[in-house]
Amino acid sequence: MEKAKSPEKPLVDRVWDFFASVKLAIVTFGLIALTSIIGTVIEQGGEPEKNLEVLRKLFGEALAPTLYRISEALGFMDMYHSWWFISFLVIFITNLVICSLDRLPRIIRLVNEPLNPLPIERFRAYPIKSEIKVESSTDGVRNSVRHLLGKMGFKALEVSESGNTQFYAQKGAYSRYGVYVTHLSIIVIMLGAVIGIFFGFNGFLNLPEGYYSDVAYERNTNRAHPLGFTIKCDDFDVEFYEGKDMPKDYRSWLTITKNGKVVKKQMIEVNVPLKYEGYTFYQSSYGPSAALLQNPHGIIILRVTSTTGQTRTVNLEMNGTFEIPGTGIVGKVTDYSPAIAFRNDGSTFTYSQMMNNPAVYVTFSRDGKELYSGWLLKRYPRTWNLPDGNRVEFIDYWGMQYTGLQVRKDPGVWIVYLGCLVMAVGLYMAFFMSHRKIWVAVTPDGRKATRVLVAATANKNRPSFQKDIEQLISSIHKEIQGGTHG
Amino acid sequence: MGSSEFYGIATIGYIIAMIVYITYLVSRNEGIGRFATGITVLSFGSQTVAFLLRWIEAAQMGARSFWRPPISNLYESIIFFVWCLILGYLIIEFRYRNRSFGAFITPIAGLALAFIEMSGMSKAIEPLVPALQSNWLLAHVTMSFISYAAFGLSFATGLMYLIIRTESKKEPVYIFWTVTLSVLIILLAAMGLDYLKFKVAITSQEQFIRSFLMKATFASPSTAVATASWITALAVMFIVWKYGHVLKRVILSFNVTAEMLDEITYKTIAVGFPVFTLGGLIFGAIWADQAWGVYWSWDPKETWSLITWFFYAFYLHARLMRGWRGNKVAAVAVLGFVAVIFTYLGVNLLLSGLHSYGEL
Repeated sequence: MEKAKSPEKPLVDRVWDFFASVKLAIVTFGLIALTSIIGTVIEQGGEPEKNLEVLRKLFGEALAPTLYRISEALGFMDMYHSWWFISFLVIFITNLVICSLDRLPRIIRLVNEPLNPLPIERFRAYPIKSEIKVESSTDGVRNSVRHLLGKMGFKALEVSESGNTQFYAQKGAYSRYGVYVTHLSIIVIMLGAVIGIFFGFNGFLNLPEGYYSDVAYERNTNRAHPLGFTIKCDDFDVEFYEGKDMPKDYRSWLTITKNGKVVKKQMIEVNVPLKYEGYTFYQSSYGPSAALLQNPHGIIILRVTSTTGQTRTVNLEMNGTFEIPGTGIVGKVTDYSPAIAFRNDGSTFTYSQMMNNPAVYVTFSRDGKELYSGWLLKRYPRTWNLPDGNRVEFIDYWGMQYTGLQVRKDPGVWIVYLGCLVMAVGLYMAFFMSHRKIWVAVTPDGRKATRVLVAATANKNRPSFQKDIEQLISSIHKEIQGGTHG
Repeated sequence: MGSSEFYGIATIGYIIAMIVYITYLVSRNEGIGRFATGITVLSFGSQTVAFLLRWIEAAQMGARSFWRPPISNLYESIIFFVWCLILGYLIIEFRYRNRSFGAFITPIAGLALAFIEMSGMSKAIEPLVPALQSNWLLAHVTMSFISYAAFGLSFATGLMYLIIRTESKKEPVYIFWTVTLSVLIILLAAMGLDYLKFKVAITSQEQFIRSFLMKATFASPSTAVATASWITALAVMFIVWKYGHVLKRVILSFNVTAEMLDEITYKTIAVGFPVFTLGGLIFGAIWADQAWGVYWSWDPKETWSLITWFFYAFYLHARLMRGWRGNKVAAVAVLGFVAVIFTYLGVNLLLSGLHSYGEL
C-alpha cells in the first residue's frame, strides 16, 4: 500500500502520503504507548516532594534534582495535557482520518463491485473448491442448489447457457467497512472528549448533613463554580458489612431547590447518582463533619421503648436529657465516640475519626439518683437493652458526617458513548464478519447424471466457510439420493 | 469437598500436566501425549467444579449476590484467567490436533497458580465494597480476563514462532527471545524465593506482598546476597542463550510450522483485541463514569490498559506492512503480553508502591 515516492510529486501529495501511511500509524502507536509510561511512574499533578522522592528511588540522590527540573520543563508532571503529548494525539487523529480517506474509495469500489459469473476453467483456481457428480437430472439439482444457497443466506443470481447453469452470490461485503467504522468511532470518541474538555465542568462538593450550597468547586483550582440552583444534604448514612469496618453501601439524601422551590429530592449511592440540569452528583466519599466545620452541630436521635410498650422517638443534643415514657426514668447523654473500641479491662478508646462504630454514653437516673449507665452502639442492637427491660435504640447522630460529592457536567459524554457503540459494531464487523463469495456451476453429465462445481472465497476466517461449503455438498447429496463423488 | 479442595486438585493437575507435556515433547510417545491431555481435561473439570462451588459458597454466606460470579479479587481473577487460558488451549489442541503447545501453556497456568501460593494472597471470600457492586464492572472484569487469556495464548505461540525462526545466536531476535524467556524464569524464581524466605511473615494483603517483593534476592539488605542474585540472573540468561537452539529442535520435531504459529498468534489476538477493547477499555470507562463520575482520568491502571491496547493495535497494523511480517510482529505479540502482565500485576505491585512513602 506504500506508494512509490518520486521526486516530482507535489508537496501536497507528499504530505498526504506521509499522513496516509501505516508506518506513521505504528510509529505514533509506539510513541504514545511508550511516553504514556512516564505518566504512570511520575504522579500526575502530585506534590513536588513526592515526585522528587520517586526520582530519588529510581535514579539516586545525585541525579534526582536535575531530572526533576528536566521533567518539569517537559511537562512530565501533567504530561497528558502537555503540548507534545497533545501533538502526538493530533498526529494520531490526522493519520487516522487521512489514511482512512486514502483507502476508502478503493474499499467502496470493492464492496459495490457486482459479482460476475466465473468461467468454468477458473473454478479450480479458488482457495475453496469442490466437485461432485450426482445421479440425478439437472433440474432437480438446480432446484436443490437454489434452495440450499437461500438457506445459507445467499441471494443467488443465475445464468443459464446451453443447459449449463451457474449460481453466484456474495454476502457480508459491508464487513470490509469494519476497519473504517472502527476508525470513525475513535474520531467520535475524541470529539466527545474535546467537547467535555471545553464545555464541561469537573469538581467536587463536600456537604455536612444539614448544610447547603449553590456552588461546587473546580477540581484542580478549587475555584467556586455557580450551579444555578441550591443543593442540600438532608441526611447521610453508611451501612457496614457485619462485623467489619468495610462499608457495604453509603447514601446521601439530597434536595435541590431552585428560586426558593424544591424541584428534586433524591437518595444517591455509589453507583446511583443524581442528575439535574446537566450536572451529575456522584457519591464519592464521606467523612466526619469536624473535618470541615469548627464545631459540628449534631442531633442525637434515639427511639425509646418502655417495658409497657410505649414508644417515642426523641431528638436531643449532647448533654441533653430524655424520659423513658411512663417510668420516670431520665436518661442523659454525656459522651460520644465516632468509633468506639473496648479494651480487655472494659475501658474504651476511639480508634478512628470516621464514624465506623458510633456510640453514645447515657446515664440513667430516677429522682436524681443514678440507676445505671453505659454505651449504646449504633451498629450493635444488643447494647440497646437496658438492665430493667426498657430499650433505647441509637438511631443516628445527625450532623456529624459530611457527604463527598463529585460534581460533573460533561456534554460530551453521550458522544463518547455513541463512539463506544460504533466501535463495538466496527470491531465486530472487522474481526468476526467476512466477505464471502460463492459460485456453483450445475452441468449435465451424460443423460442421467449431473456435475456440480463449487468455488468460493472469503477475506477472513476461511476454514469456517470451508466447513459451510462441505455442509452444502453433503446437503446436496442428501436431497438427491445416490450421489457419488467425482 | 469444598471449592478449595477442587482448586487444589486442579493446581496439582496442571503442574503434573506441565511435566507430562514436556515429557511428551521430549519422548514423542503418543500414549504420554494422550495422558497429558487427559490430566489437563480432568484438572479443567475440577477447576470448573471449584469455580461453581465457590460461586455457591459466596452466595450462601450472604457475602455476595447470587448473580455475581467469583471474579472480584486478585485470587479469584487469576483463577479465572487460568480457566480461560486452559479452555482456549484445549480448543486449539482439538482444532489443530497438535499437543506441543501444551508444554508452553500449562507452565503459564501452573506458574500463575503457583504465584497465588507464593505470594500468599488472601483466598477468603470477601464481600464487595460499594464501588465494585456494578454490572459494568462485572462485565469489565470477565471480559478483561478472557482477553488476557487470549493474549496469553498469543504470547506462547509468538514466542514459539521466534524460537523456531532464529538461526544464529547473534541475531537480535534470538537475543530478544532468550532474554524474555530468562527474565520470566528469573522473576518467578525470585518470587518463589521470597515466598520460601518470608512464608511466615506474609499474611494476606497486597501490601505485604509489596513489602517483601524481591527482598530475598535482588533487593536483599545483604549486599552479598543481592550481588549473588544478579550474578545468578546473568548466568541463567547466558545458559538460556547458549542452549536456546535445543528448544528449537524440540519444537521443530513436531509438526509445528511457522505459518501455523503465526496464524494462531494472529487469531488469538483477533479474538483478544475486540474483547479487550470492549470489556477492558469501554466497559471499564463506563463503570468509572458510573461510580466516580469520570470516564477517563489517566490513572496508572487506565493508562497501562491503553498502552496494552496500543501494543496490540501496533501488532495488527504492523502485519499490514512489508518488512514487518514474521519475526518483528511476533516480537510485538510477546511484548504485548508483557504489557498485559504489567497492567494487571505491575501497576498494583510496583507503581502504587512507588507512589507511597513506604519502602519499595
